[in-house]
Amino acid sequence: MTEFEVEATTFRRLILELDNRFPGLGTQVEESMAVAIDGEIYQDAYGAKLLPGSEIVLIPKIGGG
Amino acid sequence: MNYINSDLKVVGTRPIRPDGVDKVTGRALFSADTRASGMLWGKILRSPHAHARILSIDTSKAEALKGVQAVITSADFPNIASEEAFVGEGPMNFRDLSLNIMARGKVLYEGHALAAVAATSPAIAEAALALIDVTYEVLPHVIDVDDAMKDGAPVLHDDMFTAGVNPKPTTPSNIAKVVTFKKGDIDAGFAEAEVIFEDSYTTKPVHQAYIEPHACLASYNPDGQVTIHASSQGHFMIRAYTAKLLGLDMANIRVNPAEIGGGFGGKTLIYLEPVAVALSRKSGKPVKMQMSREDVFRGSGPTSGASVTVKLGAKKDGTIVAAQQVLKFQAGAFAGSPIGPGCMCGFAMYDIPNVDVLGYDVVSNRPKVAAYRAPGAPISSFAVECAVDDLARKLGMDPLVLREKNAVVNGSKTHYGVSHTNIGYKQVLDATRAHPHWKAPLAEGHGRGLAVGFWFNIGGESSATVHINEDGTVMVATGSPDIGGSRASMGMMTAEVLGIPVSKVRTIVADTASIGFTFLTGGSRVTFATGMAVTQAAEKVVEQLKARAAQTWDIPVDAVEWQDGKAVPAGTNAGAFEPLDLAAIAAKQGRTGGPINAEVSVNAQGAGAGFGAHICDVAVDKETGKVEIVRYTAIQDVGKAIHPSYVEGQIQGGAVQGIGWALSEEYIYNDKGQMDNPGFLDYRCPVASDLPMIEAVLVEVPNPRHPFGARGVGEVPIIPPMAAISNAIKGATGLRMPDLPMSPPKVRAAIDAAG
Amino acid sequence: MSKSHVTTTINGEAAEFLCETQQTMLDVLRDVVGLTGAKEGCASGDCGACSILVDGTLVCSCLMLGVEAEGKSITTIEGIAQGDQLHPIQQKFLEHAALQCGFCTPGLIVATKALLDENPNPTETEARYWLAGNLCRCTGYDKVIRAVMDAAAVMRGETV
Repeated sequence: MTEFEVEATTFRRLILELDNRFPGLGTQVEESMAVAIDGEIYQDAYGAKLLPGSEIVLIPKIGGG
Repeated sequence: MNYINSDLKVVGTRPIRPDGVDKVTGRALFSADTRASGMLWGKILRSPHAHARILSIDTSKAEALKGVQAVITSADFPNIASEEAFVGEGPMNFRDLSLNIMARGKVLYEGHALAAVAATSPAIAEAALALIDVTYEVLPHVIDVDDAMKDGAPVLHDDMFTAGVNPKPTTPSNIAKVVTFKKGDIDAGFAEAEVIFEDSYTTKPVHQAYIEPHACLASYNPDGQVTIHASSQGHFMIRAYTAKLLGLDMANIRVNPAEIGGGFGGKTLIYLEPVAVALSRKSGKPVKMQMSREDVFRGSGPTSGASVTVKLGAKKDGTIVAAQQVLKFQAGAFAGSPIGPGCMCGFAMYDIPNVDVLGYDVVSNRPKVAAYRAPGAPISSFAVECAVDDLARKLGMDPLVLREKNAVVNGSKTHYGVSHTNIGYKQVLDATRAHPHWKAPLAEGHGRGLAVGFWFNIGGESSATVHINEDGTVMVATGSPDIGGSRASMGMMTAEVLGIPVSKVRTIVADTASIGFTFLTGGSRVTFATGMAVTQAAEKVVEQLKARAAQTWDIPVDAVEWQDGKAVPAGTNAGAFEPLDLAAIAAKQGRTGGPINAEVSVNAQGAGAGFGAHICDVAVDKETGKVEIVRYTAIQDVGKAIHPSYVEGQIQGGAVQGIGWALSEEYIYNDKGQMDNPGFLDYRCPVASDLPMIEAVLVEVPNPRHPFGARGVGEVPIIPPMAAISNAIKGATGLRMPDLPMSPPKVRAAIDAAG
Repeated sequence: MSKSHVTTTINGEAAEFLCETQQTMLDVLRDVVGLTGAKEGCASGDCGACSILVDGTLVCSCLMLGVEAEGKSITTIEGIAQGDQLHPIQQKFLEHAALQCGFCTPGLIVATKALLDENPNPTETEARYWLAGNLCRCTGYDKVIRAVMDAAAVMRGETV
């Protein structure tokens, strides 16, 4: 597990920043992971707003049966 | 708008479902119930070998048989590129999906499809299959997950290098990926623990065992337009995957949703449709295909079998300070088991400071696994809930008290980093403690077991339209196949918002050309997400109705209110007008502006997680090893039961699938890697005489993110039964059964071994 | 292969059809006669989704050849209701929400009719054992058994 800081006010910006730093990582995160922003799980978080100090957790995409 | 604290007139009642009469009279049309003029019958040739190279396929004799009009192999499918995706409620690769539907170069499990024929009768199609000459080079196979992970195990894919390992391996293996979740410091946690318990558990692959086999009717017209009639958990999914696998435009594919005879996750992906379309294209006729029950067992995805270890550390007062779990899941022939959720769900109800979970996604020569009700969680919780039970015994603590002491609450941070919000776990535990079953005296020789379960539930994309007919009755259309009675709840929510009787609302499931995109029916999402779309559409209709009344009375629209199905002036200042009911406004809708309707598409966020607790009493026959379920209570937080009977139904059905998983269901393989029990006689699902009544207790802690407070309910109930039963058997006999299923021979052997 | 001509009675009406010797009664009902209420769940007599009555006896139509219908009286799910009047068994299945996907429902209703024709006052245990040949994967059988017991009471005139 690695920790680092990113400047972004939307989740989409975060993905673009990840892609800048680790080419391909942002795309991989967007395609295959779900994200929890301050505790709420989003399967698709394109426009989700990130507030100062937002905690973002990446988890495997969740489906169901 | 939020109706959680309103006086509800329809939601919460138990009307007869709108599709019910068709289903009790045999009129309802399921996947195999339609015909088309001139249609052919399609059948699939499946591999008898668990692992083999396909050296040649000679279809000439089959093609020459009178009545055969098309024969296809993977040569008739585009060789599509590798593309990771979330396929059918689980991770998969589109190329793998294509290979799963029609093998290319290699067969990877007994039952793997490698050719198909279309002929004028089922008997001729069957005869044609026998005329297809396949030369195989049989390869060594591996089934069991631990065996598949060993050095020297037969490797299924020479381009599989374990992901999630640093540095990336250079030798291929059967381990597709490794995932880890860590919280705190596990070594420090165990160092501070005063009592430690650990054990190992195994589960066997089990099938969703829907009574309706996969089937479809497909037609490829000369102009390239495709029509598919099939049941599924997602007709938009059928359209998308068929388009992807055959290289067609989605606009040229129209999928009509048939009634579906069970899915439980197993119908969230496709097996037959691209094959039927390819056969139709080649023959120029509609093609009907239907899997036999054997084909369903051999050729469609059951869930993973697994190997799990759990280690728990606690203080003497019962505070759990350390929890470690290692899970190894079979993915079947292609990567993509539910290892992620498996890793996340086992400890999700416990507030533990130091957690370490390690998961392996492992391929082996079995059908590719498909989703099955809360994928991954039942296996994970079987292990954890048995371990927590044994930890309680070691601590000398009541198992409910131990769970209460370590229970998550709103704000608790899980080991996968997400904090719980709007949960009802404490209320479920309180209801368990208060329930008469918990305190009921236990008969001599019986045992009682408790286990809990958790599932995230999802939201996602749904579309719904609400139309006002000229006579004031209402049409509701959604894109969600109805697998559990959702048409009833959609109609009820609409009726509630409009303030009219539910008998005036008719709900249908619209085809892919007639409604906006809707994600598939699964993940316990329909009442939540499609319900949200339906409610919003009904609210938009109410705005239009008020506007029409305002126009009729010639007053401002904000001077109109909607009450009990009627437009009324808002207060005496607005004017003394008689209320206008929906029918009256509907009759004039053409004149006042045109048809009144609304379509809403959402990507619903804020799904409410579900928690359940099950109490089970068993009697164990020491001579036969048979375990009898004597009493069963399933307690679950459902948010808001829109139609309580169908919510109870989900809980009862899921619990009984769990009981089958616990006591009798398993894939039995011979030494050639072939399934010995591909039928309902020897793949033993619970029957009516195996069971008592299943008491479903609905705890309602509303989910504030849904207009009526609903949470998903369908998946949680399959999670607790296996451990609840193992815990009850331990209570009755003193013996832990750590391997599923806990079938009579195994129980008897355990009793004998104990002396 | 030449077909056999079969003369029979289906749901009280005279019927005749042509079928191949190896076609089961289930195949005939669904693909020749056009009555798709009986379902194929397993084609091996293990799930009961194809249940019909033959001269009043409960039979898995997948275990019977079409030619065996000659001269017999066949009852399928389509013959349980009288016109637009549902049979009490059907009505109670609806009221008790004893169906979810509905695929096993035709077989269960036919089997229940056979039970109550033979034993109008079954205990819960008797009902469960009689219906053990009808697999249901959705309901867990709880509401099904309640519907059956309630329908039995209606048919005995004890309730509505």
